[in-house]
Amino acid sequence: MKKFLSGNEAFAEGIRLARPEVISAYPITPQTIVVERLSEMVENGSLKSEYVHVESEHSALSCAMGASAAGARAFTATSSQGLLYMAECLYYASGGRFPIVMMNADRSTALPWNIYGDQRDSLSQLDSGWIQSYAENAQEALDLALMSYRIAEDKRVSTPYMANLDGFVLTHTYEKVDIPTEEQADRFLPAYETDNRIDFDSPKNMAFSAGPETNYIFKYRAHEGMLAASDVIKETEDEFEKIFGRRYTGLTENYLTDDADYIIVTLGSIAGLCRKTADRLREQGIRAGVVRIRYMRPFPNEEIAEALSRVKAYAVLEKDISFGNEGTVFTNVNSAVKKENGKAEGYNFIGGLGGRNISASDIETIFKSIIKGTDRVNFIGIGDGNNG
Amino acid sequence: MANKVADSISREEYFYGHKACAGCGGSLAVRAALKVLGKNAVSVLPAGCMSAVGFNFPQLCFSNNSIISTFAGTASMLTGIEAGLRAKGYKDFTAVGFAGDGGTADIGIQALSGAIDRNDNIIYICYDNEAYMNTGIQKSGLTPFGARTTTTPAGANVHGNIRPKKNMFEIVAAHGIPYAATASVGYIGDFIAKVQKASQIQGTKYIHVIAPCPTGWGISVDETVEIAKEVVDSGLWYLAEYENGEYRLTHRPKEFTSAEAYLKRQGRFRHLTEDDIKVITDSRDEKWKFIEKNFIV
Repeated sequence: MKKFLSGNEAFAEGIRLARPEVISAYPITPQTIVVERLSEMVENGSLKSEYVHVESEHSALSCAMGASAAGARAFTATSSQGLLYMAECLYYASGGRFPIVMMNADRSTALPWNIYGDQRDSLSQLDSGWIQSYAENAQEALDLALMSYRIAEDKRVSTPYMANLDGFVLTHTYEKVDIPTEEQADRFLPAYETDNRIDFDSPKNMAFSAGPETNYIFKYRAHEGMLAASDVIKETEDEFEKIFGRRYTGLTENYLTDDADYIIVTLGSIAGLCRKTADRLREQGIRAGVVRIRYMRPFPNEEIAEALSRVKAYAVLEKDISFGNEGTVFTNVNSAVKKENGKAEGYNFIGGLGGRNISASDIETIFKSIIKGTDRVNFIGIGDGNNG
Repeated sequence: MANKVADSISREEYFYGHKACAGCGGSLAVRAALKVLGKNAVSVLPAGCMSAVGFNFPQLCFSNNSIISTFAGTASMLTGIEAGLRAKGYKDFTAVGFAGDGGTADIGIQALSGAIDRNDNIIYICYDNEAYMNTGIQKSGLTPFGARTTTTPAGANVHGNIRPKKNMFEIVAAHGIPYAATASVGYIGDFIAKVQKASQIQGTKYIHVIAPCPTGWGISVDETVEIAKEVVDSGLWYLAEYENGEYRLTHRPKEFTSAEAYLKRQGRFRHLTEDDIKVITDSRDEKWKFIEKNFIV
């Protein structure tokens, strides 16, 4: 069935189809519509779930961990300050190997106070042990909501999953979305089965302490689980295509990269505008391409290195900054290139902080400036006479 | 010799082989409560003494399902466990939290208030040893007036902690909780009876049990139970319940033993002056006036 939905609503539809047994709900802009829609679904009976009105984001994730420890499929959603407030629990959930799914509406972090979209919130938590996906549009948001549980709950993975949607640009933009049937969703996503749960026949001590001799073994296993997610994501997408007919391309999505001299690497909803700009530059005879990172963790080292192995230069366009260094995505991309001894020049473009618009002409400027060479790290619009 | 209390609880040990200090009142409270609740108790313990001594992989000391929560997350994790088990179709279980005084009155109070507000079907037990003992005796919101801790030193200028103990029992009761109670490991039969009662009530239950810490209080390891009895006998703590909107005293000392004697036998209070002791005694008397007026006695 096709409907006109916002990214938030599309994601909520995906979660309805995934049938979480416990939902812990706490409002924060621009995520709130997700928990509102889910409460309506529980009310009208289209979703059977324990809906818990928690009193903070910390409790939202703590409650989800408890539910997961009970063997239940758990969901929560947050954004920005809420993600930071629950940060302690992020590490706890991944260490406990609880395959919780959480939607994060990517939003700027205070101060200055700001509700609009950038990606500093989730990118600051790359090391928390969560799988991180970045959707481009509402359809992908819905599809990721369904796929996320299958990936997270796979026994080889057993890792929590953070599905990121750009605040407002994606969460509040309405698009045509195809909603699968419950019957299709049930064929795709089996019920959650795990041994990592409370068991009354054989009681367990969970979330224990581990000293220096054993601690790192648990950490290494969590790392292995995250690495295993790379293959599981691809397998899951193959199964998804069989049932729903939509094709996804693993950790990255390449556009015109095979013969490209210049590539922009980016993530999230800005990718469409990058592709449109690449098309326009191709008309001018410039061989431009785009790599959209779909998953920041596990990180697509090989895919990125391969896509950038033939270019003269690449740009990384991202909505975050690690103060005193550069954009976090840039750091990760450069590392991937270096691992394969890539020779291309890389440049970093920081934009969209606090929701500031990135225009088609900004992206065109990025392409043109990496052709002739520019500063290593550039802030779009700073120093162009309008501000800065 | 038959003992009514001992005979009313399980002979099984659910918290055994842990690393608690000799004379630990907290471990006594946890052990007794789990003997009441039995093998289908699912216990949640936040950061604190009991999780530190009970969960050292591979030496895991709970024979019932147990989990460490985040420091602030005792109540919220209980909420999730209760909801999750219910969603999975389980009916015969008890979700019980054992949090210390800091984990309850300070960092965990928000989550506790949220759980009571939702009336989640859980038991929350605060084992109160009146300071952050796991980190080495720092002041918490439940450290009493005058107590010396490592963060409220007693010197010429300041005589230890200058603030009274936060009133968790009445704070919790103000939510209109189905059941709340105070207890002490010195009156273990009363504590056990209250845990038994809590296990029969639907909704959120809160029990606040005084559990002395010899290390932090400056007493001998064999004085724990005695001093936990004396704090009640001297009127500095009281045994009560809150149920159906009413406060009820469950134990009434005929006359108070000396508060000064109670204080003076503990290292943490040894520095108190006569004036300090008068402040403590006066506030005790004020409290009992309040109890006489507002509790069913």
